[in-house]
Amino acid sequence: MKSLGKRLLAGPYLIWMLLFTIVPLLLLVYNAFTTADGSFTVANVAAILDPVNGKPFLRSIGMSVIVTVICLVLSFPLALILRKYSSSKNSFIVLVFILPMWMNFMLRTLAWRLILLNNGLLNHILTSVGLGEVHLMNTIWAVILGTVYDYLPFMVLPIYNALAKIDDDVIHAAQDLGAGQMTILRRIIIPLSVPGIVSGITMVMVPSVSEFVIASMLGGGKVYLIGNVIEQAFNSGYADIHAGSGLSLSLMVLILISMVIYRIFEGEEGESSLW
Amino acid sequence: MAKKLIDLVDITKSYGDKVILDNLNLYLNENRFLTILGPSGCGKTTTLRILGGFETPDKGRVIFEGEDITMLPPNERQVNTVFQKYALFTHMNIEENIAFGLKIKNKSKSYIRDKVKYALKLVNLDGYEKRMPDSLSGGQQQRIAIARAIVNEPRVLLLDEPLGALDLKLRQDMQYELIRLKNELGITFVYVTHDQEEALTMSDTIVVMNQGYIQQIGTPEDIYNEPQNAFVADFIGESNIIGSTMIEDRLVEILGTRFECVDEGFGNDQPVDVVIRPEDIVLTDPAKGIIKGRVTSAIFKGVHYEMEVQANGFEWLVHSTVLKEPGSEVGIWVDPFNIQIMHKPESEDEEQEHVEEL
Repeated sequence: MKSLGKRLLAGPYLIWMLLFTIVPLLLLVYNAFTTADGSFTVANVAAILDPVNGKPFLRSIGMSVIVTVICLVLSFPLALILRKYSSSKNSFIVLVFILPMWMNFMLRTLAWRLILLNNGLLNHILTSVGLGEVHLMNTIWAVILGTVYDYLPFMVLPIYNALAKIDDDVIHAAQDLGAGQMTILRRIIIPLSVPGIVSGITMVMVPSVSEFVIASMLGGGKVYLIGNVIEQAFNSGYADIHAGSGLSLSLMVLILISMVIYRIFEGEEGESSLW
Repeated sequence: MAKKLIDLVDITKSYGDKVILDNLNLYLNENRFLTILGPSGCGKTTTLRILGGFETPDKGRVIFEGEDITMLPPNERQVNTVFQKYALFTHMNIEENIAFGLKIKNKSKSYIRDKVKYALKLVNLDGYEKRMPDSLSGGQQQRIAIARAIVNEPRVLLLDEPLGALDLKLRQDMQYELIRLKNELGITFVYVTHDQEEALTMSDTIVVMNQGYIQQIGTPEDIYNEPQNAFVADFIGESNIIGSTMIEDRLVEILGTRFECVDEGFGNDQPVDVVIRPEDIVLTDPAKGIIKGRVTSAIFKGVHYEMEVQANGFEWLVHSTVLKEPGSEVGIWVDPFNIQIMHKPESEDEEQEHVEEL
């Protein structure tokens, strides 16, 4: 049995959890299943099936899948490079890669605005080297670009953690047994980094499904995601917290279901390193 | 005459300013158990890694059966390595671990299955095919690592302190296993260790290294009985090392007293180091000894007593099954044959030994 003193140490966190996670969650569930006058309804939850909400929802899922794939493709080689240099004391390279991740994400998104605007930095550069202008701003591609940029660290770090755990001698052993670079990557490095990849996919895909700030800042109101729908339900002039709660709840449940399915498929490979 | 298999020629390797190996020359013959022995940081592991292909020497060549393989990557060498921390593939079961090298060489399924079975039998772990590495003890994991290496039928098996993480009893069992394996397989073993007892037990040939230089190469008996310098004498077993003067052939003056010995050719009145093993010192009645002394301490060690005797201003370490009580007067007597004379090293460079006949 743990002593009373040790249990008390968990107290502040439990109070925090209760006030800011459990209670809001219960409120959300309550609001989702009631109307403004307090009577029971499932209309708020079922509203996700309405095309008005369903289309942004599918758009959100599509975008988060694209974002996750791009993040994965960018992160794996990056994590391999980080692993190589962090082991040889050349930590400056690691710092260069990690430095932008320390900045506030709103600032980073604003910076992308300045770059992508029609008369922004990117088009200045493109026209000055004789290439035509691109109009990325206020399209889904600008939102994808911004989201990838913001969520990249959440993919890089778990994969890097998994790769850093691989002992150099394990790779040497594979080499010693006759494996070339590609075989080592395919048979040793990738399988051993699966827990990190699973964590990374989870940490990028789940929050990016409900992303709305980047969509507002880089999508200019033209890219309408489920996050924007929910935000408007809570924040706009005709606020309806019941409709917003219903959509939030259905989104949460769908994410949970997909995570469970995903874990059943991937979970056998090994336990995840981050959550 | 055994066939020369690998030849290391003028190997130099440094990391930054630190010179690890300085102009090292060493060759090894077929079907030998060669042990590289030395304290940590002496360059023994670097030597092994150069043989395996994991390090490239700054200078010098690695010759394998007359062919220069200095720049050849590890996956193209006919050697396999057993790593200190086993380095098993934790995401594969035992069968997949052992089959790894054979699958890369595109061997047939039935060949691989037979080979895995044979290798597991060889290391006394039959039936472990489907187990995962994590579920095995340290000793079992090390056996799997050995099995994984030997299924590829390497010409040379490199072992980097493979028993370092095991407890004493298991380590001793594994020593006999390794000797048996080497005899059954008929391949060359190159074994790196800092444990002198391990080296004496298993090796055909021992290479003693210190600070990047080879100190002595020889059979375990040579190394123990006729150490060539104070470092070897001190590192291999316990010893009394005494600065002395060689008066003439077969006569040495130790701490002011003349002892007969059997060594010749050191010149007259030359400063030398004398090594006398503690078990070679005979404690007698004070009158019968060559010099007189007084026992200052005695500790029971199991097989023998370890005693310290103060005589002629030197603390002599003595191993004997006969106890002399502390405080008692004794005589020290040594058989001339057991007095080993060594040159004094004049400088660091002189400690270096070049190519030696193995």
